[in-house]
Amino acid sequence: MNLIRTALFLAKKDLYSELKTKQILTTQIIFAGLVIVVFSFAFDPANNTTKAVIPGVIWVIIVFAGILGLNRSFISEQRNDTIQGLLVAPMEAASIYLGKFLANFTMMLVVEMVSIPFLFLLFDFKFLGSLPYFILVVFLGSFGFIAIGTFLAALAANSKSSEMLLPLLLFPITTPILIGVVQATKIILTNLEKISSAIAWIQLVTAYDVIFFVVCFLLIDYVLEV
Amino acid sequence: MSMNLEREKAVLPGTNLTETKTNNITSILFGGTVVSMLVALYFIFIYAAEEKTMGAAQKIFYFHVSSAWLAFMAFFVTFVFSILFLIKRERIFDTYAYVSAEIGIVFTIIVLTTGPIWAKSSWNTWWVWEPRLITTLILFFIYIAYIMIRQMDGVWDKKARLAAVFGIIGFADVPIVFFAIRWWQTKFHPIVFGNGVSQKGGGIEGTMLTGLFVSLAAFTILYSYLLHKGVTFENMKIKVERYKEKLRADMEK
Amino acid sequence: MIEIKRLTKQADNKLILRGVDLSIKKGETVAILGPNGAGKSTLLKVLATLIKPTSGQLLVNGLELRKNQREIKKILGYLPHSSLLYDHYSPLENLVFFGNIYGVKDVEQKARKLVKDVGLSFFLNEPVKIFSRGMIQRIAIARAIIHDPEVLLLDEPHTGLDQGAISILNNVILSMKEKGTTTLMVTHDFKQAAEICDRVIIVKNGKIVDDFKIQNRNLGFVTEKYELQVEGVS
Repeated sequence: MNLIRTALFLAKKDLYSELKTKQILTTQIIFAGLVIVVFSFAFDPANNTTKAVIPGVIWVIIVFAGILGLNRSFISEQRNDTIQGLLVAPMEAASIYLGKFLANFTMMLVVEMVSIPFLFLLFDFKFLGSLPYFILVVFLGSFGFIAIGTFLAALAANSKSSEMLLPLLLFPITTPILIGVVQATKIILTNLEKISSAIAWIQLVTAYDVIFFVVCFLLIDYVLEV
Repeated sequence: MSMNLEREKAVLPGTNLTETKTNNITSILFGGTVVSMLVALYFIFIYAAEEKTMGAAQKIFYFHVSSAWLAFMAFFVTFVFSILFLIKRERIFDTYAYVSAEIGIVFTIIVLTTGPIWAKSSWNTWWVWEPRLITTLILFFIYIAYIMIRQMDGVWDKKARLAAVFGIIGFADVPIVFFAIRWWQTKFHPIVFGNGVSQKGGGIEGTMLTGLFVSLAAFTILYSYLLHKGVTFENMKIKVERYKEKLRADMEK
Repeated sequence: MIEIKRLTKQADNKLILRGVDLSIKKGETVAILGPNGAGKSTLLKVLATLIKPTSGQLLVNGLELRKNQREIKKILGYLPHSSLLYDHYSPLENLVFFGNIYGVKDVEQKARKLVKDVGLSFFLNEPVKIFSRGMIQRIAIARAIIHDPEVLLLDEPHTGLDQGAISILNNVILSMKEKGTTTLMVTHDFKQAAEICDRVIIVKNGKIVDDFKIQNRNLGFVTEKYELQVEGVS
């Protein structure tokens, strides 16, 4: 289908260009690393109570590192007005959204694959929980975050101070995901008996993902019209 | 040089100061607001019984809940007008959405202030991690975000369009936020807010319930008045802008 | 090919286009002249589907612009003031990317040929950011025609180019003309307008005030007609 085909081309272009410049990914990973180090100053890694904070810290680094990449995804299309090139082409707005989403999501996963192990390393966190569930939660949480994040990045790109506007828009809207995902991560990493609640939280996050992905798909035309 | 000044004088159209018509609707709404507020005050302070444990301080509950009702209703109105704007693209819809958001944010702040005041006087704690209060806090941030979109540089229809989209997203988010927080909180703090005040008034005393309904009605009329007045203001501002633009265009000719 | 009826565009209380009626036949090369702020670029942007008109009817190839966006976009080529090129990509990569979006067959081969046609084969794989204005414009026009559009929309393409680049650009436009492409070119350069185009439209204050054909590249004729319309406006 043309929608997916053109979206894939766009995603490929973004990822390939990222591979060339390596700008965004490195910034995100280094930023995540710095946040982890600051957290290790704030919370004593040796202390056992710190283990309770780890689920929250994981998502803090994902959110902050993610926002760096999200903003760039549409600002980069303002150079030479390339966004006009995409709009004039036989490519639907939904396709542009999907392509950008795929690129952002892939980059987010890469950042997570590097920084979460680093976090566990620095905090000497023994991973006793269930790996498959953990991966599932991270995947679903990032999916929803990047879905609404890409959409709002497109919206915020219209402003001169888009770096300031995007967090302002994104954080209130993603509150449900963050609550759900932190609770689920906490249960999965430490308290595996309560797995049924974790599953309930995962269901909430999945519902959010689906609802907002669809809503963004429907509304993206209004955001991208010139 | 003097020739130019003459020309500029001539361009200003003769200003016939039209009598500002006191709109009928405005007077009705204003009158209605005053009357209903006075009635509500009577009901709150005199008619409704005093709560046993909390005493007179509990009366803030009426203002708190009514403001919360307005805060959420105003956002619903913004949501509806946002959708209307995206479909019809008429400026008046955008103006209604915007003014409603302005009113909503004021009442959200009232909720967030009366909440802690009530909490401190009743349970000796400034903040309660209670689903509705937190949802209101998130609503506050969503409102702020909505207003910030409108502060962008640019033509009005771009800002209006983007704000409308965000209004829709924000409103879709609020119920989900509420359920997520509620779910989260039932694990730790049971819902504290007075016996049965939360759902459908089951368990709330008769006079208090009446008092509540009266204040809700009064606040709704207040909201309508504020909305009407606000929209009139905005329309006047828009008209002035249009005249300025016309003047500019005429001068260029 | 292109039918425009009673087109208006209002933005922020200002009427930019005030009722434009225009009919362009297939294969015509039309120059759009006019003073600054007349609405020329806006007219082009509306045709390119970048701006939604406030009212009016637009038909391209018999299809309504509002309803058949995808079909029409497939045959449109647009070159605005900006180059629409990705800086860190080479000409080849840029052309291949856009070619793929447009669904062009044998994209790479076509891209190489186009780069050769504009005389930049030497820089086939260099990132575009090191290019000069003339080189950028050449790749930009290549990008606009990678999919062999039937309608070509150019917004002041000759601005800032030296003679060599101008002649390459004109050759490209003329070769497209031979293929039967309909071209609309907004320009301030009367000489180029007279060189390439066979019809001139003058736009002033959002309306078309003159519409004439030119024979034998008569530059004097164009200048004369333009002054007639624009006299008195500083």
